[in-house]
Amino acid sequence: MASTEMQSQADLEFVTFCVGGQSYSIDIARIKEIRRWAPVTPLPHAPIGVLGVMNLRGSVIPIYDLAARLGLPGTPDNPRNVIVVAMHGGQTIGLLVESVSKILSVSRDLIQSTPDMRSDTVRQSITGLITLDEGMTRVIDLAAVVHEQAMAVA
Amino acid sequence: MASVNSIRDTFFEECEELLEALSEGLARMEAGTRDSETVNAVFRAVHSIKGGAGAFALADLVAFAHRFETVLDEVRSGRIELDTDGFHMMFRSADHLSDLVAAARSGAPIAAGVTLAFIVALDDCLDDHDIDPNATDADFNFAAIPFEFDGPGEAGDYPSGTAVFDITFCPHAGLYANGHEPALLIRSLAELGALTTELDASALPDWRELDLLTPYLRWQMRLTTQADLTRLHEIFEFVEGLCNLDILPVRADQPDDTPDMPVAAEGATVETMTENPTDQPRIEPVAVPGQPAELRLQPAVPPAKASPDANPQTESQAPNPTLRVDLERVDRLINAVGELITNQAAIAQRVEEMTLATGAEIKTDVEDYRLLARDLQEAVMAIRAQPVKPLFQRMLRIVREAADATGKAARLVIVGESIEVDKTMIERLADPLTHMIRNAVDHGLESTEARIAAGKDAVGTISLSAAHRSGRVLITIRDDGAGLDRPKILEIARRKGLVPAEVDLTDTEIDALLFLPGFSTAASVSNLSGRGVGLDVVRAAVAALGGRVSIASTPGQGTEFTISVPLTLAVMDGMVVSVAGQTVVVPIASILETIRPEKGDINRIGTSESLLSIRGRFIPVVDVARCLGFASTIDSQATPLLLLVEGEDQDHFALIVDEVHDQRQVVIKGLDNNYGSVAGVSAATVLGNGQIALILDTDVIANQRDMAPPRTWLSTQITEDAPHGLN
Amino acid sequence: MTIKVLAIDDSRTIRSLVQKVMEDAGFICVCAEDGVHGVARFAEENPDVVITDINMPNMDGYGVIASIRNGKTNRNVPILVLTTESADHMKDRARKAGATGWIVKPFEDATIVSVVQRVTGERS
Repeated sequence: MASTEMQSQADLEFVTFCVGGQSYSIDIARIKEIRRWAPVTPLPHAPIGVLGVMNLRGSVIPIYDLAARLGLPGTPDNPRNVIVVAMHGGQTIGLLVESVSKILSVSRDLIQSTPDMRSDTVRQSITGLITLDEGMTRVIDLAAVVHEQAMAVA
Repeated sequence: MASVNSIRDTFFEECEELLEALSEGLARMEAGTRDSETVNAVFRAVHSIKGGAGAFALADLVAFAHRFETVLDEVRSGRIELDTDGFHMMFRSADHLSDLVAAARSGAPIAAGVTLAFIVALDDCLDDHDIDPNATDADFNFAAIPFEFDGPGEAGDYPSGTAVFDITFCPHAGLYANGHEPALLIRSLAELGALTTELDASALPDWRELDLLTPYLRWQMRLTTQADLTRLHEIFEFVEGLCNLDILPVRADQPDDTPDMPVAAEGATVETMTENPTDQPRIEPVAVPGQPAELRLQPAVPPAKASPDANPQTESQAPNPTLRVDLERVDRLINAVGELITNQAAIAQRVEEMTLATGAEIKTDVEDYRLLARDLQEAVMAIRAQPVKPLFQRMLRIVREAADATGKAARLVIVGESIEVDKTMIERLADPLTHMIRNAVDHGLESTEARIAAGKDAVGTISLSAAHRSGRVLITIRDDGAGLDRPKILEIARRKGLVPAEVDLTDTEIDALLFLPGFSTAASVSNLSGRGVGLDVVRAAVAALGGRVSIASTPGQGTEFTISVPLTLAVMDGMVVSVAGQTVVVPIASILETIRPEKGDINRIGTSESLLSIRGRFIPVVDVARCLGFASTIDSQATPLLLLVEGEDQDHFALIVDEVHDQRQVVIKGLDNNYGSVAGVSAATVLGNGQIALILDTDVIANQRDMAPPRTWLSTQITEDAPHGLN
Repeated sequence: MTIKVLAIDDSRTIRSLVQKVMEDAGFICVCAEDGVHGVARFAEENPDVVITDINMPNMDGYGVIASIRNGKTNRNVPILVLTTESADHMKDRARKAGATGWIVKPFEDATIVSVVQRVTGERS
């Protein structure tokens, strides 16, 4: 972990979680909260990975199956699944993940860029890689995950 | 403390109000009200806009406002009388002023030529009344003006560097009465250099004869300074004429020479200030007590609408006390109340589910809670409700411009402008209303010649009215024009392939054709319409508000459009139903009735379409579950439960639902904020159990089964006479 | 003692601007929206200087001046008029009406502050 004396490089904090057996992370600044899984109301003709909408203290937020949005097989139903509530471009959204691992604190220079990978979907969704003691985590670009039409709303 | 930017925002907000007041004031004046309060209010509106604009250096706006104000000043002082053309120009100038304000606000410039044309017109108006437009410009100076001294001995006559001045200063009573303090003036002099002062109290009488209002003191001073004469006179700028003042430059070798000033005789006042040492000051024996007397001639004016012709209209202007509140706070309050309603529903549901003794007190309490919550909600909704007046008033300008552009004469009559509607609704009605008003002038009204030939008033009348009707707001736009040319409409529709050649349509159906996309009967594109904005866009905009539009028309007499919208966008009366195992909500406004048909009432057409036969008509049946992309849970053999709904064009559909639960008021939650639009779904709501239920857009769902409803409807009409029971 | 200013103008914008400039300069500033309210506030607040617009509904600037100059208390308070004219006849009229001085609109911050200082003797 980055030592607190290293002020020259701004430290970034990430929340890492498990999706489809792999580790992914999101900048902690974008995370609002973590919630237990709750029933979701499906949306008609929803695109892949859009499970539906959920009630978050009175607000209607869309729930995305992160695995499906990344082109991985859909997350199996499991009451231990977790919803990560995040902010993106003024929208509040929910991401269904299998579990949340931990909070990571790294200095900016430790984030590597994504090498060429065969899977285009996954590659476009990832903005960088961070090496962990036990492998690697992929930093997610929320813009690639979120439903496109949402961006175009007048 | 307000920042300059927020004050700038304040300015533009204030401009909105002032422009409104200007428009109303002019309208009242044109209608005959000429009392001074109304006329002054019109003048002040433009004057205030100019004042604020000056503070923010909005030069174009200031310049035009100044010209406009000049004309209005002449009007209010009676030197100009406005006739019909004059008023027309006032209105158009007010419109242009509004445009300049908008341009200043957004930073987008307006073509200088346009403004110039208005200025020329305003100047012409002054010319016509033998008023020199430039005479008033002598006063008008955009930059803040420092004091200008225009007497002899201008700055520059004396070499820079140190100079010495002898100053004699004798204040009159008026100087004190005006709130001046000689000590301050003398102190200001002292700041300019080295000052010696000598008090001359020789005029001071015995204290027993002292008149408190008579000044007796004067000062003799010598100032050595680098400042010039102009600067010295600047200090005394405000007290010019309120004192005897001599400022004499002294040569370095001149002795301290007290000029021979006559002692101001008791009771004497001197009107002029002199500079030339050889001049004798003029003495005009005016009694000093006369000064306060002068002031007494203007008694404190009682707070009054003092004008004798103040009529009820001006009385009613006294505004109710209001509170300016951040819109965000209101929205938060509304949201919180919405949650309260949901919570109340949840509690009610739990209490229902509990097995309680009949008449258990908690049931009464829950019911009370429901009513209280409802009261609170209505009160809170009322906060966002605003009169449609400003929106309707804007239409006056639209009519003016449309009339000018098409060469017709038209007036707008407004009724019910105090009717209140949710604020968001008002904003979103602006565009549809504008289009329809323009259409009314452009297409609805005949040319002036045609009108006269038909024995009608040369000036066409468009009437715009608002009314509350069973929980909704009805807005009607009626013109007294030629009415819809139905044969022509039908011909164009046929030509565009929208209607099969051999089919006859009823009047209502022909009228409905106007709402089809791209429909335009204009042979040539007029200045206004024909820009591709048709009634279909209007209908879509109104539908997005949960409303609908309808037409009625009488040939030769006119056409009437009616817009019906819900009172509020926040809450809706809905029917909670189950579809494909999902709980969804259908707007009550669309529902006509619930039907449990007999087997024979349903007739299949083709492989997947069904028709319901009811009261002699055939109504398309819609499998809602399939439309929404959900797996249908309906047993195809059993007779389904149907909701008969009415679409936008008053056509009917039957929606298949699993179950009908209950009717309740639901808080509308948009999907737009966090997601986007979903076909077939207008919004969502939170049920008592915390689950989200989608609110269906019945029009979209009904039409999803078919891309061209009129055609299908018509072809269904053809089969009406076919043998019963197509299988 | 901090100088207290009473600003009377029917334009919300001008009131806000004057208040801001006055407060930035270290004065206290209270406002009124027309002559009638101005006279009432004058009685309540006893300001050290009054700044008033001329054109206002219900009672104009001249009415305010007359009311104050003929009033019971604080009648010699310095009164400054906010005017869009700078011509001589304006100055005469203002003086004759009893105004202590004038400020021409649009005003520079420094100008209005210095005029207030001139007539109150307040140095920052």
